Amino acid sequence: MSITTHRPLGRLVTALAFAISALVPAAAEDWKNPVLDKYPTAAVNTTGLKVFDDKVIVGQLHSATGTMAISETGSIEAERLAIKQINDAGGILGRKIEYIFEDGASDWPTFAEKAKKLLINDKVGTVFGCWTSASRKAVLPIFEKENGMLYYPTFYEGLEQSKNVIYTGQEATQQILFGLDWVSKEKSAKTYFLVGSDYIWPRTSMKIARIHIEKHLKDSKVVGEEYKPLGDTDFKSLINKIKLAKPDVIFTAIVGGSNVSWYKQLKAAGITGASLEKNKQAMLTLSTSEDEIYGIGGENCEGFYASFKYFQSLTNENNIAFVKAFNELYYDKYKGKAVMGDVTQAAYLGPWLWKATVEKAGSFDIDKIAANSEGIEFKGAPEGYVKIHANHHLWSKARIGKMRLDGQFDIVAESPELIEPNPFPEGYK
Amino acid sequence: MTKIALIALAGLCFADYTMDELKSVLIMQGFAGISQFSVFLLMALGLAIIFGQMGVINMAHGEFMTIGAYATVGTSILAEKFLPAGLFGWYFPLAVVVAFGVAYVVGWLTEYLMIRHLYQRPLDTLLATWGLSMILQETFRQTFGARETSATMPDWLMGSWQPKEGLDIPINGLFLLGVTIVMTALVYLMMYKSRWGLRVRATVLNRNMAGAVGINTKGTDRATFALGCGIAGIAGAAFTTIGSVSPTAGGLYIVDTFLVVVFGGAGSLVGTMLSAFGIAQAQSIIEFFLSGVLAKVLVLTSVIFILMIRPQGLIAQKIRK
Repeated sequence: MSITTHRPLGRLVTALAFAISALVPAAAEDWKNPVLDKYPTAAVNTTGLKVFDDKVIVGQLHSATGTMAISETGSIEAERLAIKQINDAGGILGRKIEYIFEDGASDWPTFAEKAKKLLINDKVGTVFGCWTSASRKAVLPIFEKENGMLYYPTFYEGLEQSKNVIYTGQEATQQILFGLDWVSKEKSAKTYFLVGSDYIWPRTSMKIARIHIEKHLKDSKVVGEEYKPLGDTDFKSLINKIKLAKPDVIFTAIVGGSNVSWYKQLKAAGITGASLEKNKQAMLTLSTSEDEIYGIGGENCEGFYASFKYFQSLTNENNIAFVKAFNELYYDKYKGKAVMGDVTQAAYLGPWLWKATVEKAGSFDIDKIAANSEGIEFKGAPEGYVKIHANHHLWSKARIGKMRLDGQFDIVAESPELIEPNPFPEGYK
Repeated sequence: MTKIALIALAGLCFADYTMDELKSVLIMQGFAGISQFSVFLLMALGLAIIFGQMGVINMAHGEFMTIGAYATVGTSILAEKFLPAGLFGWYFPLAVVVAFGVAYVVGWLTEYLMIRHLYQRPLDTLLATWGLSMILQETFRQTFGARETSATMPDWLMGSWQPKEGLDIPINGLFLLGVTIVMTALVYLMMYKSRWGLRVRATVLNRNMAGAVGINTKGTDRATFALGCGIAGIAGAAFTTIGSVSPTAGGLYIVDTFLVVVFGGAGSLVGTMLSAFGIAQAQSIIEFFLSGVLAKVLVLTSVIFILMIRPQGLIAQKIRK
């Protein structure tokens, strides 16, 4: 279309097309806001966001193309499911949610540009989006400058806190410390070999892990720490090193395509869940969820452990309903066999937490949402129950799962209480 | 000499291990280097023909590997459905043939529709094939989904061969080595011992003269390019035994592939073999004694250094300028 717009006629056609496309959804829906008298638009929206009498526009900013599409597709779908469920239940303050989707295309400057578009041109009420830390870092200054709100779903390295972000995944300490404590106690582990992909999240995570092992676990030490470039597919030399070091625990944060090579080559080198068990060893990972096992194949993963807050095999009512609803909405695509990992669940929390916050604040204004987020609960969370902390991260439980042949997890441990988020852990820097 | 030095070094580093354990690990480490060598050589073979012989900078080479990999996944799905259970284990050789066929046909079409118009403009070829690689990646994503998948491996390809306790030789590594040896021998025979290879080399050396003596240079170009792509397809099929299949999987290999071919000296099969061996061994030895990231840095630095001294690569073709 951009080619034709230099001609007046083309411009007219374009304008008409936009006008019509803007009219169609409004005309098609007969939704009347039942609580409009109580929450008139002028009162709930004082900063010029796209909030109308009958609807509110939000943004969704993820990679639907490029490398990260593998991971972010689940988040996109989970957020849409939550939005649909909220709409079916009457919307937010009587307003139905409509979303504008922008594709970050796995490219961080594109994320920044699209964030600007959503906040400045579209004036969206809030944004659900990003996956990698790199994309979050790229959009953060824009959200802070334009005063937008971002619900960010991924477990990440911590060391960040913003008025304009709600982190619905776990920060580093919530995932790492519980996992290490468990393996130290359960497997009487004393020696640890740390392996990660070479970028900020694994390096920060391993730094925290090393400090915890050396200072807080009794008589324990790190016998090796290795990083491999992103996307590397050759782990044979590294595996030989691990064989020589004979650690009680192999602690890993390997991401993306490398994951598959790592597990296949472990198996080819004779290291399996069963062989480790026999030698009183274990492998604990921070990064292999159901999503990844789908590509790796359960036969290569069986018997290894992972530390997450959510597993698809959780049997609480919320999760059963969530998995069922997800499979129903996307039946054509997954034929009832959808695979959901930790981040997919965390993405699902975003719209619900936003709804609860807006209703508590009685307003869509960003400042009021930021101020009212503390203490917001979501009892319908598939992971159980979550609550927003004053630092905009979630109180949530930590769990350990053991990988099964069918690509799901047996949950072998669960923190008894919700774990307090602590993005700036003292003594772990 | 180096071997003794290595053992001495290993002795210093791992003094608290029994000789037996050390021997096992060193054997496994030696095999790790060899199997990395076979990965490098296998992926470089196709490019050695396309870039080395024809001079086409094919940035989409990695995507032809991906085509082969997806063909393998497809064959495994079909085999699971239609082959009797007892025969399923043997679908893999068939998958390799299918991978070659599919990649060959796509390569043939690519040459016909795109490459042949660009022989005189190497830089435009670079851009065009890069564009092609993006188009192919997005096509894979739309067709097969963005998630990583794997072909179901037959049992005989998984696990390890254990000649004794503590010594595990990966079977997929042995398989890769076998495929690489067979493919290298075939390429060598075709390029240097057959009439067809003679025609290819004649066309590359002097297109006009080759045409004048009655060689169909256009047909030769097309078949050569398609063959290079077909070999990439076989590499893709073989790589499903060690890695994953995703729309962008080919991109992971493309840099190393060019590195091996350029370092070896474009146009020389022996050079490609030497360079694959050198890079693979250096990388796996450094990685074992130091670290993976350091291995990449040191290897790339020395490759740059050597190329500065010998821009034509390890083994240069003798051409009268």
